[in-house]
Amino acid sequence: MFNEMMMNDEVREPYRALVDWMEASGPEVLQQKRLEAETLFRKIGITFSVYGEGGDPERLIPFDLIPRIFTANEWRKIERGVKQRARALNTFLYDVYHNAEIIKAGIVPADLVFRNAAFEPAMIGIDPPRKVYSHIVGVDVVRVGPDDFYVLEDNCRTPSGVSYMLENREIMMRMFPELFSKLRIEPVESYPDMLHKTLKSIAPRKCDREPNIVVLTPGAMNSAYYEHSFLADQMGVELVEGQDLFVSEGRVFMRTTQGPARVDVIYRRIDDAYIDPLCFRPDSVLGVPGLMNVYRSGGVAICSAPGAGVADDKAIYTYVPDMIRFYLGQEPILNNVPTWKCANPDDLKYVLENLGDLVVKEVHGSGGYGMLVGPASTKEEQATYAERIKADPNDFIAQPTLALSACPTFVESGVAPRHVDFRPFCLVGDDIRLTPGGLTRVAMREGSLVVNSSQGGGVKDTWIMAD
Amino acid sequence: MLSRTADNLFWLSRYVERAENMARLMEMGYRMALMPSAGDGNRSEWASVLSASGCAQGYDPEMPLRQAEVTDYLIFNRDNSSSILNCFENARANARAMRTAITAEMWEALNNALMELRRTPMHNLAKTDLPEFIDWVKRQGALFRGATDSTILRDDGYDFIRLGTFIERADNTARLLDVKYYVLLPETSMVGDGVDNYQWTTVLRAASSLRAFHWVYRDDYSPYRIAHFLILNPFSPRSLAHCVEQITNHLEHLARHYGKRGAVHSQAVEIYSLLTQSQMEEIFAQGLHEFLSDFLMRSQSLSSAIAETYYFGGQ
Repeated sequence: MFNEMMMNDEVREPYRALVDWMEASGPEVLQQKRLEAETLFRKIGITFSVYGEGGDPERLIPFDLIPRIFTANEWRKIERGVKQRARALNTFLYDVYHNAEIIKAGIVPADLVFRNAAFEPAMIGIDPPRKVYSHIVGVDVVRVGPDDFYVLEDNCRTPSGVSYMLENREIMMRMFPELFSKLRIEPVESYPDMLHKTLKSIAPRKCDREPNIVVLTPGAMNSAYYEHSFLADQMGVELVEGQDLFVSEGRVFMRTTQGPARVDVIYRRIDDAYIDPLCFRPDSVLGVPGLMNVYRSGGVAICSAPGAGVADDKAIYTYVPDMIRFYLGQEPILNNVPTWKCANPDDLKYVLENLGDLVVKEVHGSGGYGMLVGPASTKEEQATYAERIKADPNDFIAQPTLALSACPTFVESGVAPRHVDFRPFCLVGDDIRLTPGGLTRVAMREGSLVVNSSQGGGVKDTWIMAD
Repeated sequence: MLSRTADNLFWLSRYVERAENMARLMEMGYRMALMPSAGDGNRSEWASVLSASGCAQGYDPEMPLRQAEVTDYLIFNRDNSSSILNCFENARANARAMRTAITAEMWEALNNALMELRRTPMHNLAKTDLPEFIDWVKRQGALFRGATDSTILRDDGYDFIRLGTFIERADNTARLLDVKYYVLLPETSMVGDGVDNYQWTTVLRAASSLRAFHWVYRDDYSPYRIAHFLILNPFSPRSLAHCVEQITNHLEHLARHYGKRGAVHSQAVEIYSLLTQSQMEEIFAQGLHEFLSDFLMRSQSLSSAIAETYYFGGQ
């Protein structure tokens, strides 16, 4: 296992200043800082709630004080790799909703795309502004060695977590001003401005003025509500709910104290199925009736475009390296994790025989739900899971259990290594932009590889050192 | 500004104001209960508090009208939509539904208040040391208003916040007077009667106006003076005249900002002229109770007109 901080009993270069500081301060000071940080989070109201568990709808996500640090060189590789992926994924989306060249070329199977639950027939033939479908691509990257990075999955719909990237940094700067003044850490605070620029650049065809941008949230009960309000506030745009919007004469309006005001760009944090009851789920009260018609006629831009999810499906994931070669004529900079597709009989056989060593996931699942982590499971769990796979092999993929890198983390017994992953947020509009930073998630339980916040994972600040 | 946001701002400040008014009412009850009995065993101060609170209907008739039961109902009862706990819960829920429309300082004031109230020490305090708890509630209201005053943009959002505050405050002052109007009636007053005197001052105390009253009228606790101070005196911060003046100003500010004037504006001006042109003698001659009932009806209708004019219910 790769330890982010230690190599051959020596502190790795990017962590040296931090370790010196920690040793000089002593454990009491660190413990004190921990308590301060928790109080700050509670006070600001940064919360994350978990679906289906009841209890406190405003749970705090555990925040770990010890940052995860990348050198400028490491970051450059991640940056190039993530931008390359974001470009290929968007090109793929345009392709599958138009001529489907990649399918005609026999690279991606037609069924996988057209029969995919995330494929949206209503999007066929629509040209979204700048041909961009996924404007915010969250790429989950894991590390297994000094120079070995793998992409675990892509998130093309509405990846969440960017507010933690920004708030974690705020808290860290309040906690450790001396470290920030001494070290050269790349700032992340420009993200909201870049997001605003990106959204402005995708104004719809009919928009003939400075576009009016809104963030559309399902409401205060949503687990990511804090992030929705945070982003709207940071960009200085209205945070709206479905009930605040309506369609009239081919345009979208919001209800204001002065009457209707036109809306041009909607950054929606509502799933496809709910955005327009006339086009998708008729029982949705979260969306805006008639929205898709306006979208189709160029009266409004929707970010991300409906149907963008077909590119981040776990079955499509395995083809992303091929997409990069096909559309961009380049070799992938970041590798995929080798993946067995249970839809494929040989792969299925291998997966069933090696369940104890593999991580098996549902193709459409997310948030770490419904997966089997082989080495951490009992024989009975494996047997039950095997039955589920056999019942519907198309729904499952499997990957080797990667030795995710570990980063020192505060735990009950002191400081100990815990596994981490990393999600940078790539913005795609008139340009492809990437803030030097991202969200580092950490599995708080010893040995656990599941970093999802819904499964008890925590977060860390991520430092990219400037040259 | 989104209509839903304006609606939330309006109610947010109403709930904060209401929590504070509940605390003031309890303060009045508490002080009255410290007074020796009037002789005829008439200890109805907690019944008065309950009826002035405007939420007497939900009170279990089987329950005794004693401090412990009444304060528990006014502070903690979940079914009482105006209980202090519910006021803070509702205020914070309104704030959370439009986090972007209020400043971090305002949010922290509300969030901390609710967090502290839910935490056990504050909970216990409310049961054991009522005066200290009342001070705590008033302090939360002051913190929120202070945070609002020093941080929020002076745009339409500020107007809706202030409209909520003064609609609620005027409503409360009117109801408080209405419950106690009989002690202010000249014919029932016996000059120099210690208990009555004390009752009048408690009305002022419930409006946190006793000290202010001294500065204006010294020790002249005549019913005219007290009623005048809480109804017609434009310098008294909780008087109907002052509240309506503020409401009129903020509506006027909105009209200039939006370049639009409606029925709601003339309605407010009408109430304002009524208050500036009336004399206490006339009001007593017509009947204080009738005057207050009429005012409550007008303020209710003004509140609906605000909602309608600014599309709170959608459009």
